[in-house]
Amino acid sequence: MQPIVNVTGLTKQFNNLTAVQDLSFSVYEGDVYGFLGQNGAGKSTTIRMLLSLIRPGSGKIEIFGRDLQHYRNEILTQVGAVIEKPDVYKYLSAYENLKLFARLSGIRATDTRLMEQLEQVGLAGRAKDTVKTFSQGMKQRLGIAIALVHDPKLIILDEPTNGLDPQGIADIRNLILHLSRDLKKTVIVSSHLLSEIEQVATRVLIIDKGKKIVEGSAQELFDPSQTLVALQTLNHTGAWQKLQNSKWSENLQQQRGMVILLKLDRDQIPQFHRDLVAMDIELVSLEPRHSLEDYFLQVTSGNQHVDTYTD
Amino acid sequence: MWTLIQIELFKIFRRPRTYIAFAAITGLIGIIQFGLKLDGDSYVEFMMRDINSSITVEGKILNGYQVCYIVLQILLVHVPLLIALVAADMISGEANMGTLRLMLTKPISRTRFLLAKFLATVAYTLLLLIWLAVMALFVNMLIFGTDDLFLMKSQYVVLLKENDIFWRYVWAFGFAALAMTTVASLGFLFSLFAENSIGPIVATMSVIIFFTILSTLNIPIFNAIKPFLFTTHMIGWKEFFDIRVNEANEAIVGSIQNPDRILRSAIVLVVHIVGFVTAAIWMFRKKDILS
Repeated sequence: MQPIVNVTGLTKQFNNLTAVQDLSFSVYEGDVYGFLGQNGAGKSTTIRMLLSLIRPGSGKIEIFGRDLQHYRNEILTQVGAVIEKPDVYKYLSAYENLKLFARLSGIRATDTRLMEQLEQVGLAGRAKDTVKTFSQGMKQRLGIAIALVHDPKLIILDEPTNGLDPQGIADIRNLILHLSRDLKKTVIVSSHLLSEIEQVATRVLIIDKGKKIVEGSAQELFDPSQTLVALQTLNHTGAWQKLQNSKWSENLQQQRGMVILLKLDRDQIPQFHRDLVAMDIELVSLEPRHSLEDYFLQVTSGNQHVDTYTD
Repeated sequence: MWTLIQIELFKIFRRPRTYIAFAAITGLIGIIQFGLKLDGDSYVEFMMRDINSSITVEGKILNGYQVCYIVLQILLVHVPLLIALVAADMISGEANMGTLRLMLTKPISRTRFLLAKFLATVAYTLLLLIWLAVMALFVNMLIFGTDDLFLMKSQYVVLLKENDIFWRYVWAFGFAALAMTTVASLGFLFSLFAENSIGPIVATMSVIIFFTILSTLNIPIFNAIKPFLFTTHMIGWKEFFDIRVNEANEAIVGSIQNPDRILRSAIVLVVHIVGFVTAAIWMFRKKDILS
């Protein structure tokens, strides 16, 4: 299947800071693509590059099979986005904002269409009110209405639940599911909140310090029959090499500092433990991880902790 | 492009800040009109104090044309600030509100986006000058009537016949529009570099004040650069009120003393406008939107 978004070797540097480094990933039609990472991991920079707000230092972005650099305008007619805070013109009404951005998106939406769009995000009753009177959640919903008003194929939501109350977060989650399941849209959603992505994403990319940590289907990452196991040893480099040369090589996920991550069936764990002893790997700990949240923390902040520890 | 300009104008005229300039012009001219209506004779007496003994002027010196000239001399120094209030906010204000990134995710090229914003700024500038013309010329013609225009220059006086004045004001306002567009383009350029409008407004006014001081300083070392400073040419509108005289020292109706100088000033201003806008587009096309 041809990917809708295909990113290859994307790199961006700001002075001495490498925000994104050699990042590659693909998003397919119908995906709800969860883009995960801690604050400062490079999510927003990547998303801004996807929207041509930031020029990549190197690498290539293809959307709908076309090079973003050369077909920017054609591509953006089919993309809707909410980037971080949903900032709109506060001195205009919700209706005026929506109409204005619809025209910028190249469509002349009828009043009925605009009101339907506001109705969809629950703002029809406040259509004529100026945005300065809106709560954060209402602004977020208006931002989503603006992203959807031109009926785009691809929707990019950067931290859409930021600053929202639990009800607002649930509304956004339901909206993403509605967009994907009912309207067959492709959605890229970034967040540092795993719990949010867990519930909506079909595929997931985790990045840390601008680098890809792991990419895969949510099913793979959440497979209940498998357990993610974090292994710590006294000699992690030697342990990694020994495991690579063993029957467990296919279970290896990655090595982050002193932690080695593996995916195992639960009933394989006792055998794995015995094999570690047989391979003379000096075990410090062997911890099963049960959720993506654990996995995420392990490969991102957990890594920072280990780095500090080894220093 | 027209849609973009319409959207920009819609945004400009929905912001309360936009009307500060119109209110300021109305208030300032109103005060001048009020003062001159009540005590205009004293003002004329003061103006004529040095030449009263050698010249006798008949007719109504303090007429609408005269008051308009007084207003323009005072206000055209301050109008750049009012222009900068909007021009320097065009990009920085959007960055500050967070709407710049949303605008630029829409299928519009950055060049068209910037040009539309600039043209909307020019439209605002022109409307402000039209308002200035209405208040300073037409309203004063209604309040004070019309007559010949008597102007005192540094070394001579100019007397323009009543029927030889109106067209000069039309051209003077046209020239002022060019000068103010130069200010707008400078403010516009500065607005790319900040995420709030205070910095670009202050920077624009600082450049104007700095260049104006250089333009007026009579120090030989600065004379070489004066012709290249746009501030030197911003007061070119006054040239329309200098008239040629024949061998009998009679004014030639419909003439301008130095049309070449006006043309040269206009060219310098246009070059500045093109330069500022081109620089703005070049930088904006490469700019990473981080706001």
